[in-house]
Amino acid sequence: MSRFWPLVIFAALVAFLYVGLHRDPHEVPSPLIGKPAPAFALTRLDDPSKTITRDQLLGRVYMLNVWASWCVSCRDEHPILVEYVRRNPVEIYGLDYKDTRPEALAWLDQLGNPYKAALFDSDGRVGIDYGVYGVPETFIIDKKGVVRFKQTGPINPEILNNTLAPMIQNLQKES
Amino acid sequence: MHLMKNVLLHHLKSFILGSLMVLVVSLPVAFAQEALPVGDEPMVQARMMRLATVLRCLVCQNQTIADSHADLAADLRRQIIELIHQGKTDDEIMDYMTARYGDFVLYRPPIKTSTLLLWFGPLLLVAMGGLTLYRSTQNRQREGADIAALTPEQKSLADQLLNRKSSKL
Repeated sequence: MSRFWPLVIFAALVAFLYVGLHRDPHEVPSPLIGKPAPAFALTRLDDPSKTITRDQLLGRVYMLNVWASWCVSCRDEHPILVEYVRRNPVEIYGLDYKDTRPEALAWLDQLGNPYKAALFDSDGRVGIDYGVYGVPETFIIDKKGVVRFKQTGPINPEILNNTLAPMIQNLQKES
Repeated sequence: MHLMKNVLLHHLKSFILGSLMVLVVSLPVAFAQEALPVGDEPMVQARMMRLATVLRCLVCQNQTIADSHADLAADLRRQIIELIHQGKTDDEIMDYMTARYGDFVLYRPPIKTSTLLLWFGPLLLVAMGGLTLYRSTQNRQREGADIAALTPEQKSLADQLLNRKSSKL
């Protein structure tokens, strides 16, 4: 038996490495899942005189999409969001992260605006509270204001159809 | 005249090339200055740097927040300074970071059931190595005992063979 031990250890090592091969080290699990969404009070991107707070959004299911006009992969994601809100009764709020108003507004003009409202986080402080480290990121927040899901990196049709959309539908049925 | 012009041109070329190389070599130094901490008071700054060296920059992952040039790292350094100004303790600042970015932000992961193997795996490997070493030396000693237990005939045969071999050499 003892001569098989090296083989057993080798097999275990291979198994560990094989699993590790398929894991993305950039996908850091968010500690926010299952916790209340961090509070914020931010001005609207299109109107600096109007403020939106987290508590105003209680009672509805929404996607909070962190984006910026300087973010390259946001360009890939954006048309998917535009199409999604056009076809479904969902609300997406944008969090414009470390951006300038003119550039962000021009970006929305050009690529379409899927947001119920875009919030302007000029210095990225709200981004820090949400643990944002790679734009785009998307949070799903339920009616009680609890973070239920976080997507790091751009949403693609597969993630939207298989994960996000069904989840939002289910959450909308909750009271 | 033509030759002189060529020589001059050659000198100019090497001068430009040389300056370019100096520029390229000095670029990292220029970037390194970007990572300077924000903040004014030396005490606050020293404390911030101490905390920043045990926090991982999530954008670059293999750098600390103190080392990284990433925007987020600079923002987090600024945030640490603000928290220090608010009178937060080191533990409170660490909690602030893990509440947002999870345990992954810590370069020294906490000891939990999910990290036991990470913390004590190397010890386990050393123990296994020691055990293997111990058992193999035991085996070798037993083999040595077997050799000592040759019968007189076997021993004389072995001596004969060894002598024959050495006399041939």
